[in-house]
Amino acid sequence: MGDHSHGSPDDSGTVAKAGTGTLDKFQDPGLPPHRKRLADTDPHAEKRAERQVALLFIISIIGTLSFFIAYFVLGRPENISEIRVQNAMLGLGTTFAMLGIGIGIVHWAKTLMPDHEISEMRHEITSEADRKDAEEIINQVIEETGIKRRPLIRNTLIGAIALAPIPAIFMFRDLDRTGKNAGEMVEQLRHTMWDKDVRLTRDPSGTPIKASDVQIGSVFHVIPEGLDEAEDVLNEKAKAVVLLMRLDPDKMHISAGREDWHYQGIVAYSKICTHVGCPVALYEQQTHHLLCPCHQSTFDLTQECKVIFGPAGRALPQLPIKVDANGFLVAQSDFHEPVGPSYWERG
Amino acid sequence: MSTTTNYTPKTSTGRIAHFVDQRVGGSGIVKEFGRKIFPDHWSFMFGEVALYTFVLLLISGTFLTFFFDPSMAHVIYNGSYNPLRGIGMSAAYSSTLDISFDVRGGLFMRQVHHWSAILFVAAVSVHMLRVFFTGAFRKPRELNWVVGGVLLILAMAAGFTGYSLPDDLLSGNGLRIIDGVVKSIPLVGTYISLFLFGGEFPGTLIIPRLYSLHIMIVPAIILLMVGIHLFMVVVHKHTQYPGPGRTNDNVVGFPVGPVYAAKAGGFFFIVYGIVAAISGLLTINPVWNYGPYDPSPVSAGTQPDWYIGFVDGALRLMPGVLGNFSFEWNIPFPWGVNTLSLNVLIPALIPAGIMFTIMFAWPWIESWVTKDKREHHLLDRPRNAPFRTGMGVAGVVSYCVMWAAASSDLIATHFHVSLNDVTYWLRVLFILGPILGFVVARRIALSLQRKDREIVLHGRETGVIEMSPEGTFSERHADLDVYKLHQLVNYEDRKVIPAQPNAAGHISRSEKRRGALSKFFFEDRVAPVTPSELAALKAEHGHGPAEIEGSSTESIEK
Repeated sequence: MGDHSHGSPDDSGTVAKAGTGTLDKFQDPGLPPHRKRLADTDPHAEKRAERQVALLFIISIIGTLSFFIAYFVLGRPENISEIRVQNAMLGLGTTFAMLGIGIGIVHWAKTLMPDHEISEMRHEITSEADRKDAEEIINQVIEETGIKRRPLIRNTLIGAIALAPIPAIFMFRDLDRTGKNAGEMVEQLRHTMWDKDVRLTRDPSGTPIKASDVQIGSVFHVIPEGLDEAEDVLNEKAKAVVLLMRLDPDKMHISAGREDWHYQGIVAYSKICTHVGCPVALYEQQTHHLLCPCHQSTFDLTQECKVIFGPAGRALPQLPIKVDANGFLVAQSDFHEPVGPSYWERG
Repeated sequence: MSTTTNYTPKTSTGRIAHFVDQRVGGSGIVKEFGRKIFPDHWSFMFGEVALYTFVLLLISGTFLTFFFDPSMAHVIYNGSYNPLRGIGMSAAYSSTLDISFDVRGGLFMRQVHHWSAILFVAAVSVHMLRVFFTGAFRKPRELNWVVGGVLLILAMAAGFTGYSLPDDLLSGNGLRIIDGVVKSIPLVGTYISLFLFGGEFPGTLIIPRLYSLHIMIVPAIILLMVGIHLFMVVVHKHTQYPGPGRTNDNVVGFPVGPVYAAKAGGFFFIVYGIVAAISGLLTINPVWNYGPYDPSPVSAGTQPDWYIGFVDGALRLMPGVLGNFSFEWNIPFPWGVNTLSLNVLIPALIPAGIMFTIMFAWPWIESWVTKDKREHHLLDRPRNAPFRTGMGVAGVVSYCVMWAAASSDLIATHFHVSLNDVTYWLRVLFILGPILGFVVARRIALSLQRKDREIVLHGRETGVIEMSPEGTFSERHADLDVYKLHQLVNYEDRKVIPAQPNAAGHISRSEKRRGALSKFFFEDRVAPVTPSELAALKAEHGHGPAEIEGSSTESIEK
């Protein structure tokens, strides 16, 4: 608050417009008097400022040159640490090149260019007379088209214009490149690669899993056997990934109809979150909770992956499994409900 | 159309101007803009930062298009980054790696592009906060406020479409979330998702489609909007802060040529210099660490870019089930059962929807409540509009709670607290925070106004301690100079306007609501000091505050 610029308003050299003055209000004293800068009065200070600006421009030149040094002398980096060094040097070269110019110009403007504040009057954006003229012109144009007097023309035109853009919307029908009809498009969301006797294999190696491999506390990230040969590998994988864990069968709460979906406490659940589809990748061994790292939906494995926290609204779908003749884990069937985020037609 | 003229240019500038002007015109533009006055204030720079980072985005983005391949075709990486060599990935991800490791300066340009994008949205946001808290959106600038809001949405759209392009694990999971949110839309959501991805998620089409949005459509609309925005700034002329000599009818500042042009032009290079320093020294989005997109893995603690955070946070805050009640409803219709995912739909649409609606409508809400249809070219100091400042802070708090929620897992691990507790607290804050924010911010603004009154009435503290003959100590106060005084007393004194009857003598329901809002906003107010008030106080004390520096009191006593 060190404003000690006392001086009579007459010195300010700019418009000192009085306030409205009609009410009990303080008068506008006008712009404070202009205070001269050091460079305005002292030729040495002026010379110094000039040299400072020039020095900043020279720093910019050096910066640009060092960019070229980083680009050519360091050449093509061989490894990530060399890339880091080159990137830092290119960045710093550019920094000095740009800051030299920028700070130089601003310093020039602030110390050497005139710093008198100027007052200018505002103009009305438009005049009311213009507005009135415009209104008249538009009304006259509308009148001359006769559109108000000829409702037949007006109504057919409205109809034509309303209809004309609709093809543009239908043109987008083939954004879906699968060639399926509307029903098939929605129906495909219900099915995954899992089927009767499809082996559970490790992600990403694809090796099958024996029941004896699965210990309590361990977790397997599982894909169906033959995923690599699928037509759209990522599309199939986005629906079919499964988590495989083993629980103490006594601790499991099993609902009616699911009694034989596990094998000696080995259970398989869809890894795709029922919230918005992130992979539910975290397994807490002690609590038997599955946690989605995206939005923290938490599912309780002992209660058939019921939601116990977070934004998901529905349990993870369970994949019924069994063991085949060779002791490998296989699916009994596909999931009994669509996996992943909910959608309108899910039902 | 006579071309004969008595004007003969004397300088070489004049000869060039003469040549150009006779052929294409342009003298008018120079006359109009060459010495146009722009008010100067540090807070006017945020809009400039936004403009300049956008220019940087266009420059660096164009460079990147020469090397980026927006294709999801499967390729085996064979570039110079060893850990990923031999791994299958999309051409988009592979070419992003090539830009980073095999194009000299490519990594630098990628980082300039990403950092500029982050700064661009930040600058647009801060600029909007400045405009809001100073009341710059008032008539005649309401439409430009709306254009600015559209620009903010476009900036986020540009950011998100670009963020997804490298097709790395992190951005792929971002798309997965978008897919899940889109699918929650009733009736059409499933089809929008299937059309967007060209079939099932992820498909092989989303990257090229986002690419054409990101490099053509969105930037073209942004450019158009920026053009409209700046055109309107010229039409309206810039607002200015109140102060001695600055009125609603004038513009006080520096002329475009040379001072303003030099400062603003120089500032572009400063912004570029700072972005270059950040991009050279700080890694952003190291996609090579994440690996190519795969629907199965995900890393913990992942975050979207900051400007998408508030939507992601809202998704996290919403409970999916409460006890046995699920927000996912299966509704039986005559044709079958349909699913309504309120646990996704509500947080994705409602908070952002309310925020943007109030934001867009605010200029009209305020002018309706205050019955103020005048033009305003003088800004408010935020303290001098306590109701608006309170509302703004309420909005900021609600945004920040959602934003913090997007990092709930990191907050939990960083401070060693339970993740569930963090979420519960943030849910409480989401409801209470904006209310508290409004009350506290308005109280602070009112207190600051009271302090201004105090300073005007009793003078400023001089730091001189006096001992009276009785031995008591007091600090001597001195009168303010007229300029400082004017700064503190010259503001709009908004009062409650009770509901008024219309021509028929009837008070309509909406007018009653307006009256109630007016009371809510303006019941507590601090009026500016008037000259008679100051004079009365001085007469009461028998003498004015001690004159230390003199000379400035005459004008006050008038």
